[in-house]
Amino acid sequence: MRPFTYERASTPAEAAAIAAHREGARFIAGGTNLLDLMKLGIETPAHLIDVNSLSLDKIEPTPVGGLRIGALVRNTDLAADERVRRDYAVLSRALLAGATGQLRNKATTAGNLLQRTRCPYFYDTAQPCNKRQPGSGCSAIGGVTRHLAVIGASEACIATHPSDMAVAMRALDAVVETVKPDGTTRAIPIAEFHRLPGDAPQLDTTLERGEIITAVTLPPPAGGRQFYRKVRDRASYAFALVSVAAIVQPDGTGRVAMGGVAHKPWRVEAAEAELPRGAKPAMAAILNGAKPMPDNAFKLTLAERILTSVLTEAKG
Amino acid sequence: MKFDTPATTSPIDQLKFVGRPLDRIDGPLKTTGTAPYAYERHDVAPNQAYGFVLGAGIAKGRIAAMDTTAAKAAPGVIAVVSTLDMPRMAKGRMNIAYLFGGAEIQHYHQAIALVVAETFEQARGAAGLIRVDYAREPGRFDLAAAAKTAPLAGGDSDEGSGAPPEDRFGDFEGAFAAAPVQLDETYTTPAESHAAMEPHSSVASWEGDKVTIWTSNQMIAWGRRDVAMTLGIPVEKVRLDSPYVGGGFGGKLFVRVDAILAALGAKAARRPVKIALTRPLIANNTTHRSATIQRIRIGAGRDGKITAIAHESASYNLPDGKPETAVSQTKLLYAGANRLTAMRLAELDLPESNAMRAPGEAPGLMALEIAMDEMAEKLGIDPIEFRILNDTQVDPEHPERPFSQRQLIQCLRQGAERFGWNRRSAISGQRREGQWLVGMGVAAGFRNNLLTKSGARVRLDKSGVVTVETDMTDIGTGSYTIIAQTAAEMMGVPMEKVVVRLGDSDFPASAGSGGQWGANNSTAGVYAACTKLREDVARKLGFNSADAVFTDGVVRAGNREVPLGQAAGEEGMTAEDVIEYGDLAKRYQQSTFAGHFVEVGVDAMTGETRVRRMLAVCAAGRILNPKSARSQVIGAMTMGVGAALTEELSLDKRLGFFVNHDLAGYEVPVHADIPHQEVIFLDEVDPISSPMKAKGVGELGLCGVGAAIANAIHNATGIRLRDYPMTLDKLLDKLPQPA
Repeated sequence: MRPFTYERASTPAEAAAIAAHREGARFIAGGTNLLDLMKLGIETPAHLIDVNSLSLDKIEPTPVGGLRIGALVRNTDLAADERVRRDYAVLSRALLAGATGQLRNKATTAGNLLQRTRCPYFYDTAQPCNKRQPGSGCSAIGGVTRHLAVIGASEACIATHPSDMAVAMRALDAVVETVKPDGTTRAIPIAEFHRLPGDAPQLDTTLERGEIITAVTLPPPAGGRQFYRKVRDRASYAFALVSVAAIVQPDGTGRVAMGGVAHKPWRVEAAEAELPRGAKPAMAAILNGAKPMPDNAFKLTLAERILTSVLTEAKG
Repeated sequence: MKFDTPATTSPIDQLKFVGRPLDRIDGPLKTTGTAPYAYERHDVAPNQAYGFVLGAGIAKGRIAAMDTTAAKAAPGVIAVVSTLDMPRMAKGRMNIAYLFGGAEIQHYHQAIALVVAETFEQARGAAGLIRVDYAREPGRFDLAAAAKTAPLAGGDSDEGSGAPPEDRFGDFEGAFAAAPVQLDETYTTPAESHAAMEPHSSVASWEGDKVTIWTSNQMIAWGRRDVAMTLGIPVEKVRLDSPYVGGGFGGKLFVRVDAILAALGAKAARRPVKIALTRPLIANNTTHRSATIQRIRIGAGRDGKITAIAHESASYNLPDGKPETAVSQTKLLYAGANRLTAMRLAELDLPESNAMRAPGEAPGLMALEIAMDEMAEKLGIDPIEFRILNDTQVDPEHPERPFSQRQLIQCLRQGAERFGWNRRSAISGQRREGQWLVGMGVAAGFRNNLLTKSGARVRLDKSGVVTVETDMTDIGTGSYTIIAQTAAEMMGVPMEKVVVRLGDSDFPASAGSGGQWGANNSTAGVYAACTKLREDVARKLGFNSADAVFTDGVVRAGNREVPLGQAAGEEGMTAEDVIEYGDLAKRYQQSTFAGHFVEVGVDAMTGETRVRRMLAVCAAGRILNPKSARSQVIGAMTMGVGAALTEELSLDKRLGFFVNHDLAGYEVPVHADIPHQEVIFLDEVDPISSPMKAKGVGELGLCGVGAAIANAIHNATGIRLRDYPMTLDKLLDKLPQPA
């Protein structure tokens, strides 16, 4: 077997320090993604740092009227939280659109942000993949790409980020709080948290070595009507072909973030000025520069139609 | 027992047990997790080691070199068996791909090495240390490209309906050209995976030169023979035991590499070895259903009578393979004086294509029953009436051959009534409920009834317990229960007095589970054995066997009554027999029929299709147990939803493999996809079929469902899709533009 060592950390700073110094260390919380990847030989950590006892499982109000979600809050609990359901409905809806009840019971807030792509070529260790094995090439480009990115991709990688939760958080302007190995903290706006693949698709996020997520902070409620519309082939337990998180205000202004289209939750703030003019111009601006493959070009049409549907419902 | 004249009255007709919706006798074992499946047979052989199978990372070529040094040195490793250690192994009769041995790679994830270790994790870890250098060769992976020049090929599926390479009756071309209403369309179905919940698993143990394999297999006698052929040992030296099978769907009709490598691994390790194929290996290492390209032409008069019908299909396989017999039902389902069926078989370097639930009819009807819907629309006739207009009570090519029973019209009529067909708008795209475009679709279901000999042994002990032994399998279908019902009925004992033991090759060979033939044939075999036992008991008691009545645990004749256990005596009594069939299947066409009804909603904006209601009305002979039969049919209907809407092995045509090789990527339906399902069995007995007067239903429930969904999508949206699965991307551009 591939041997690995295991230990429990007692504080975030301790966890970060261990992770910085141990070669091949990984944090483990719910394990819903990491354990699968370990079984397949895609992730081969030498050391697991169990962070489940870090007491990061609270949802608390912030002084400015927002919400601070502990990194270890389970997806089920977050989706069911009364404040989330009332003030951040898009987040609750996104969470419930993801995975299954069993997985949501285990999966954590931080883990959800850090889940890896579901690109089938990433999952097949016999195939080259720059994300799995930097420099080996991308076998997805030119292959079966129906589920893969249509915008923001690179010649090195056309993977998508699979999270629903992160898409809603992107629409909510969430901030990811971290602790670094030296004990200092950082607040990373979610827009800057996930990366585009560029020439280093092995890096999913801007986290530094050892840096650990402690919480996700939501600003005060954005109001408006909030939607999470996830479109997929089967009715449940499938990743989005395209998903749209939208917050629409009574005056027709709003915010839109998308899943299933890019290496990160996709949002173009500048394009949102088009929203009052309707879905077509708005989506054209949001997906400006898209370069789909023949078998995923439908995502562009689908995205526009989902937004149309959402804006229609918002008016109703 | 030779069954060569139609059945008359027998003890089965009492229907005290047979025909009743009894609970599964193996239900408590299943629900408590105590039914031992192959990988859980910890107790059958001591000191089991774990095997892990490594699959090839290329689709076509050779292994230039393999370095197993690091794997052999890894902790816990007992043995590494490499495909380079031996020449290519012989093939079992049912196998198309070679399973192991030699340097040549025929398809992706072909097994190339087995690591045996003390733990599963050690075996898996060590397998990851094996380094393989491949010499890739260009492969042929594209059916559409190959179909144009593919040769005609006949064949049967080994699990049902066959068809010759080309079959002509009358003058198709002339009649089609002359027909005032014509249809000429092409339909495609994708490659599909059986995706059984239980992966292929085996435990193997050698005792001298004899190997026992505890496995998960639908067909024990085939499997035993093919294990012997592959290993090159006499068949007497092989024992297979497969009492519980966690889903097969045709994927476990044949011996696969789990059994062969468990045997090789056990030999190398000198101790028992267990193997389960990992989920990622299932799609490319085992068998799958070939994709098809089907062209259908139908010509009819304005009166709606079909005058010409042609169905041509192309599928693929490895060398020495067989076609997907997608045209077979078209020979029998509808009338028409001029007919043509043809199959082309392309040789491709993809994993082995082979039988999957209702091979032939399942994909064939997915095409034919859309074509019938289209033709009805062209004619301006209701699709149910169009089918009824073209019903035939005889084999269209052999009018002297009637169907033994054919209640297709009744299935359609009763279904229409029950489903509220009269609420369907004949014009498509008319019904809207909020965001949903709503429509109804219908299709005929058809699947042949197959007869094959089946044996059983019945033992009666002094306490009056009847034990049935047969190598019949229960793949989740309910075999245990219907066999017990048969024995209880025949021997006149309550269900609690019947013990059923299945799946062991030491037991008499049975029909096995496949082609929806299992229920009828295996119970007929039990009927034969019980008939013999009844005669033996009567003779022993000095009764005239015709006068002896077996009921409530006693044998009675005249005013004399003897408890069955007492009749058996201290030693007990055993009888064994085989049901064999005469030429009734030649004189009569034996088939099962269904009317499948579906209502769908299609999201007008996103094109998502969700099934809202389903109904199947089935005419399939006597239903031995309405409860387990219903389970079979709703399971099959669920599979039909998958085939229609989501299931597709996604082929990388450059690299030659199915990329979505897990259950996240290969989307079988989940609970949220399946609405209320209703099943109605028409009251039917078929004395031509067997002494049980039963047929099969396990595949009938699938046959036609996909097309009914496609037709419902058309009724909802006005969009005619001819390419499965009918995912939203195929609808989007044709849906109404948003306002």
